[in-house]
Amino acid sequence: MDIEAIYQKPSNHDVKSLLESKFGNKITVKGLEMDRVLVDVADKNDIFEICCYISDNLTFEHCSIVMGLDMIEHMEVIYVLTNYYTGINIELTVKLPLDDLHIPSIALIWEGANWHERETYELFGIIFDGHPKLERLLTPDTYNFYPFRKSYKLRGQE
Amino acid sequence: MALKDWINYADYSDLQNFAYYPYETHNIVYEIGYNLYQVLGGLIAWIIDVLFPNNGLSTWLMSGPVVNLFAIVNLALIIFLVIFTGVLVSLWQERKTLGRFMDRRGTQIGMKGFLQCVADGFKTFMKENTTPKKVDKMGYTWTLSLVIGTSVLVACMLPLSDRFYIVDYDAGFLIVMAIYALAPLFILVSGWAQNNKYTLIGGMRAAQSMISYEIPMLITVCAVAILAGTFNIGGVVAAQNETMWYVIPMALGFIVFFTASCAEAERTPFDLAESESELVEGWQTEYAGMKWGLIMLGDYLRGFASCAMVSLLFLGGWNIAPFVSAEANAFLPELVQLLKGWFVFFLMIWVRASLPRVRIDQILNLGWKVLTPLAIINLGIAVVLKTGGFF
Amino acid sequence: MVVENTIDTFDAPPEERISRERFETDQMWIYMGPQHPFSHGLWTLKIKVDGEIVTDAEPVIGYLHRGWEKEAENRTYPKIIPMADRLCYSASMTYTHLYCMTVEKALGIEAPDKAKYIRVVADEICRIQSHLMWLAAMGTDLGNLTIFLWAMREREYWLDLNVRLCGQRMTTNYPRIGGVRNDTTELFDRDVLRVTELFEKRLWDIIDMIDDSSIYVSRMKNIGCLTREQCANLGLTGPAMRGCGLDFDLRRDMPYSKYAEMDFEVPVLQDGDAYARYRVRIEEMFQSCLIIKQAMRKIKALGKNAPYRVKVPSKVPAGRTFCKLEDPRGESMMYLVSDGTDKPYRLKVRAPLFTNLSASKPMVKGCRVADVPVVMAMIDVCMGESDR
Repeated sequence: MDIEAIYQKPSNHDVKSLLESKFGNKITVKGLEMDRVLVDVADKNDIFEICCYISDNLTFEHCSIVMGLDMIEHMEVIYVLTNYYTGINIELTVKLPLDDLHIPSIALIWEGANWHERETYELFGIIFDGHPKLERLLTPDTYNFYPFRKSYKLRGQE
Repeated sequence: MALKDWINYADYSDLQNFAYYPYETHNIVYEIGYNLYQVLGGLIAWIIDVLFPNNGLSTWLMSGPVVNLFAIVNLALIIFLVIFTGVLVSLWQERKTLGRFMDRRGTQIGMKGFLQCVADGFKTFMKENTTPKKVDKMGYTWTLSLVIGTSVLVACMLPLSDRFYIVDYDAGFLIVMAIYALAPLFILVSGWAQNNKYTLIGGMRAAQSMISYEIPMLITVCAVAILAGTFNIGGVVAAQNETMWYVIPMALGFIVFFTASCAEAERTPFDLAESESELVEGWQTEYAGMKWGLIMLGDYLRGFASCAMVSLLFLGGWNIAPFVSAEANAFLPELVQLLKGWFVFFLMIWVRASLPRVRIDQILNLGWKVLTPLAIINLGIAVVLKTGGFF
Repeated sequence: MVVENTIDTFDAPPEERISRERFETDQMWIYMGPQHPFSHGLWTLKIKVDGEIVTDAEPVIGYLHRGWEKEAENRTYPKIIPMADRLCYSASMTYTHLYCMTVEKALGIEAPDKAKYIRVVADEICRIQSHLMWLAAMGTDLGNLTIFLWAMREREYWLDLNVRLCGQRMTTNYPRIGGVRNDTTELFDRDVLRVTELFEKRLWDIIDMIDDSSIYVSRMKNIGCLTREQCANLGLTGPAMRGCGLDFDLRRDMPYSKYAEMDFEVPVLQDGDAYARYRVRIEEMFQSCLIIKQAMRKIKALGKNAPYRVKVPSKVPAGRTFCKLEDPRGESMMYLVSDGTDKPYRLKVRAPLFTNLSASKPMVKGCRVADVPVVMAMIDVCMGESDR
């Protein structure tokens, strides 16, 4: 398959093979379901490049979810991207070490990711580099903690 | 002296011989005011005379100029009260009819919901009368009183019949229109003075839209004046009674005037100055308590005045119809005029129930591109009809 | 120098002088909200206006942030069902359905057929009453109360159906993990088709009133325009997206529950303005009526004794589950990270309105102030799900 061609309706197998041949060992496709391709991204700095390829060549027009996940030893950012011609989702998982919570922003590719990244920033403290306006969205500006981290306990949760 | 010596109860043929009688024709309101003062003032004069015999005060109270003065005060009060009651009825009418249009019952409090107006009046009186700190006090209070004052003036200056009026003047409709057009200017100043962005936009909108609908309105009034040969309100009504209602030859003018008067009264399709969905409450945002209540009253007074004007210009005013005999027409003409006014108000409510609010550019388009040409065509029709000798 | 400057200004051609003066007018920021008649819920839209024209806008949300996702981490799985109701007052059924579907998928079990059909019916009832709520709010935003009261009158029938089905009007608490709470009642079976048929007739009252009036149409045409590409890029979903010409509906393209067996059409319009979104929503209500009729026929065919709920274990095996569903407002998704205990490790809700609201800036830009409520009404604001 031509890697650089634009595919409007890639099947899940197409997506898998295209991603693997384009990015080689930068990613691992860890699962394939009917409408879902699960991808692990090894290096967080590749995420912008990968997202550009997914957006431009695989025509995934829509960023459904950007979510943070606190796994205590490390943080994760999970992206769910949607193709409207086929309905396939790509799920990108990126691991972030606790001492370096920076990741390139994809808000320039999908404007819809803008608020999702702001939300993840304020609730998990993950900093999206290159985001046009990385400010608190849901919580007050006075918060100096990140409420959705596992280290922040609710009452009765200790 | 006995009580009856102080009271000079007169019927109107006697009254017209009264040296200070201010009118050329019969004015029933003055008559009532005169007789009312004779009863009340005569009673007071008699009591003073009984307590302090032969004082000058009693005689002065019942002397010609003083009687005239108090009769005129009574006249003003009676006319205002009648108009006020008419407005309250139209308010009740709007509540009930609008309710029926919307598939609900409308207000239910006392006398089929009529007492809701009274309850609302008390409620607004009870509210705290706040004034924001940073408003321009002068502009804030004075423009409010001027808006309400001009509304009351316009509503009261329109006669209810040829015997129920304040002044009978030949410039008639012109003066009414002139005073009517003042309010948007005060609204503009008021919106500025309140130091609030919403009120500012509301005031600007009132001024902008005023320009677009005043002109077709005045042209239509001119067309009516051409047919009737006079601007005098009584003259227009009499001319209609001789020929026909002007709504028949000038249906176009009726539509133009009705639309423009909806806008003039700031009723819902055209209530841009107070459009509550985007401007909170428009230019009235910072007025609280009874100030706001008075603004609402002023709104309805203007609506009532619009309807009365439509009735006078196009629907034959206080005469039931041209073909009805003079005796039948003479029976309670005031009530006929009020009923016609309420009928036009019903049409306005209907329009309100079925249309959404227009945008500012749409009302400007409507005013300049539709209503003004139509009004000019209507003027042409009037000229043709008049020169062709049909009227 | 001063003299030179003056001469320069006066030497300029008249058009340029006028345009210079024109650019000197001040623009001002207006804060629409949080207490404002147009914001149906607590949120603020900051707009920058040049006279009447909006030149910039910025939505501000967060007034209702309750930490829903964090709260969910602190509760066992069944206890989250009533919480899912509270995400949105008018789409409570779909959110509960979504949550139950997610957990079922994580558990690897299937709800019985009957429960799936009942969920379809309940979802469509929810969709219709939510759209009617939107129609009512749109009426007030356009400045007409008649639409508001007529739409609310129709909505009462659907809420009464909710009462017949599960005893609650709005926060229904009806779907369960592994089925639904109870079978359909006799009253529900009797009334649901009646209401559907009545509604299909009476909705025309409102449609006639709006579509036959040129003022209504001209208030909605050509405002809040988005192209298909913009719409996809901004993340708009639901009727707002389908009004922009993006032909995608999870019910048809990625069927869940029993939607695969239903025969219905997805309305799509190419115009991309507020009127197209209005048309799409109205058409969706008719399609929902069709779905309800079909699903009720299937339920009747299954008989009264068919099972409607299965027993499920309280502990969910470790794993990651992703589930999505077509909400009245768009695509709502849930991402469940479970760790083998009886509480979720993380439960992410992707609310459609959250992203739809972030698209408000390009939509209101260039409109007039009077258009802002109409444009924002077309994405059907419900702050509970947006702020979570």
